[in-house]
Amino acid sequence: MSAASPAPASGPGSASGPSSARRIVGAVIHQPYIWAIVALLLLLIINLVKDPSYLGVSVNATTGNLSGNVIDILRASAPIMMIAIGMTLVIATRGIDLSVGSVMAVSGAVSMEFMNNSGGGDAGTAIMAAALALGISAVLGTVNGVLVSVVGLQPFITTLITMLAGRGLAKVITSGQNTSATNEPFRWLANGTVFGFPVIFVIGAVIVAIVAILVRRTALGLMIESIGINPRAARMAGIRPIGILISVYIVSAVLAGIAGIFSTASVMTVEVAKTGLNAEMDAILAVVIGGTSLAGGKFSLTGSVIGALLIATLDKTIVFLSIPSSATPAFKAIVIVVICLLQSQRVRALFARRRSRTTPSAPVPTRKETVSA
Amino acid sequence: MSTLIDRPTQGAPVTPKRSLRSRLTPNLETLPTLAAVVIFIGMVIYGEIAYGRIVQFSTISNLLINNSYLIILAVGLTFVILTGGVDLSVGAVIAISSLVGVMLANAGWNPGVVMVLMILIGSAFGIASGVLVQYFNVQPFIATLAMMFLARGLASMLSTTPERLDDDSPIRALSTEWKVVDGPKINDLITTPNVLIAALVVIVAFFVLHRTRLGRTVYAIGGSEQSALLMGLPVVRTKLLVYVISGTLAGLAAVVYTSKLGIAQNITGVGWELDAIAAVIIGGTLLTGGAGFVLGSVIGALVLGLMNVLITRDGSIPPEATTIITGGILLVFVLLQRLVVSRKRKT
Repeated sequence: MSAASPAPASGPGSASGPSSARRIVGAVIHQPYIWAIVALLLLLIINLVKDPSYLGVSVNATTGNLSGNVIDILRASAPIMMIAIGMTLVIATRGIDLSVGSVMAVSGAVSMEFMNNSGGGDAGTAIMAAALALGISAVLGTVNGVLVSVVGLQPFITTLITMLAGRGLAKVITSGQNTSATNEPFRWLANGTVFGFPVIFVIGAVIVAIVAILVRRTALGLMIESIGINPRAARMAGIRPIGILISVYIVSAVLAGIAGIFSTASVMTVEVAKTGLNAEMDAILAVVIGGTSLAGGKFSLTGSVIGALLIATLDKTIVFLSIPSSATPAFKAIVIVVICLLQSQRVRALFARRRSRTTPSAPVPTRKETVSA
Repeated sequence: MSTLIDRPTQGAPVTPKRSLRSRLTPNLETLPTLAAVVIFIGMVIYGEIAYGRIVQFSTISNLLINNSYLIILAVGLTFVILTGGVDLSVGAVIAISSLVGVMLANAGWNPGVVMVLMILIGSAFGIASGVLVQYFNVQPFIATLAMMFLARGLASMLSTTPERLDDDSPIRALSTEWKVVDGPKINDLITTPNVLIAALVVIVAFFVLHRTRLGRTVYAIGGSEQSALLMGLPVVRTKLLVYVISGTLAGLAAVVYTSKLGIAQNITGVGWELDAIAAVIIGGTLLTGGAGFVLGSVIGALVLGLMNVLITRDGSIPPEATTIITGGILLVFVLLQRLVVSRKRKT
């Protein structure tokens, strides 16, 4: 969560008055991702009811590693966070990137195949493998970006093509096999710890922070938003959309490549048909939950990070409640529908009317809906 | 055909002359569809020369029998894409519909009731997507994505193992093979009720899209929803209806597929929505809506089916590369569409 702090620069008020804490709370409540936080807390409460010690984090005396369900959730959220951040930027430009799941598979396939063939177990091989994987991811991102910005194809169909072709490419790279490799430094990326925290989450948090600083402390974020709000006006204001669009798709693909490394490193195997399958859906879900409109324009990186955490928590909760994990999509569907309904004009108008008539809090019906999920 | 749509106000007396001429001269809107036809014929000729035994009864029969479900899906998606929307839920709807169907049929339900129920399951998901899109302004992409997740998740709750339809189930009768022409050896022209169902769907869809008020409204919405609203067309009802059509046809495709294979599983139909979208786009329907032909989508589905046949015949292309080739073909057609649209803007 610490990674989320640089992003809320979009929030209006800085802490200046005496009741700054209250003002921050007020600002958070008016953020579009408030429902995601509510849902996240609800899931944690459900888990706590099932097992009162769910949130407990224990410290291993000898190694100093933290362990517990919360740490597991953080670990699982890292790859989702990566693709969600990339997807947020793409969606902000009015685009969509369906190819992230396939890019994950390609990236995993390249790194596993490289390490398997070179046979080296040292850190140098791991770095080479990761660099190669990210390089190829960037190439795929460039293809997306050029087709969208220079040729002018629709993002939906462009990335659909790279999604189809990318999955095929991953299979061709490994000749259809599920390649495994042994390399301790590479494995450490997913399973190791730094100061007790999982490396995978620390890297993820650092990357999120870098992206957040890049887009929020420079004009880049504004340019991305302006392209999403009105491409023509943005061009007339002197913003070159081509360069920004290409770089946004490259960033998305590279982050997907990192997510691919994360998800293959934990098992040191790439399952070409399964790695990153439906990951694009998770990413889009995280972005939508985080309150970024699919119509482009304003985006919230904090929201997407919270969305990623929510999805990871949902995945873990379903396993924890011993519901078959293949049923997870149904619960995600309910979350999507509820959040889309809450964001829709019709339901908002309904709430507004009710609030003006009677003062009691509005969120009661939604809470019921989510519990029944 | 396009003249009818472009100028709906022109009276009947003018159209007969014009339509015949416009059908003969290729215009920009029909170009992608024509390209699909050319590619299909090219693939047939190439296949015949390189591998042989393509232009013969058994290959053609199998092409139709194996792709009847895809044709039905593509027809449904044509409606949705013509309005500028998209339906990602069709593959998952097939999974749940066929799973429910097989389980109920094996439990001894009346096969007729089961088949109707399977189709209605599709309609129900279609209604849900349509309501989300139309009444709550959810983007079609997200609404149908939610339905895809819901259908897939519910199917997984029902069963995660393959469910086999009893061998003596009457549902299997839909895939009985009728010999139309008895050729030498196994080279017969075979058809199944499934193929006839698919053909019927195509004919009805063609009629609805090109000869009814509903069809004109579908094209009008895709052209410009705002204008359609201002013209007083029933936009709300039609947009809801296209998703119901797509869902219902997905349910029908589930019946066709189940009767042919006899096995239903929660992972049935993963990625079929992409195949169907690819078929529609190869067939010349613009993804932005407003222009396209249902017969083009049929050609698109056949191009994809024939491609699989050719890849199997060739043998040197690894099966893993199939999706790369599909992606490549799709890219060529999308670029072609792009060309057409930019030309049209200039003129």
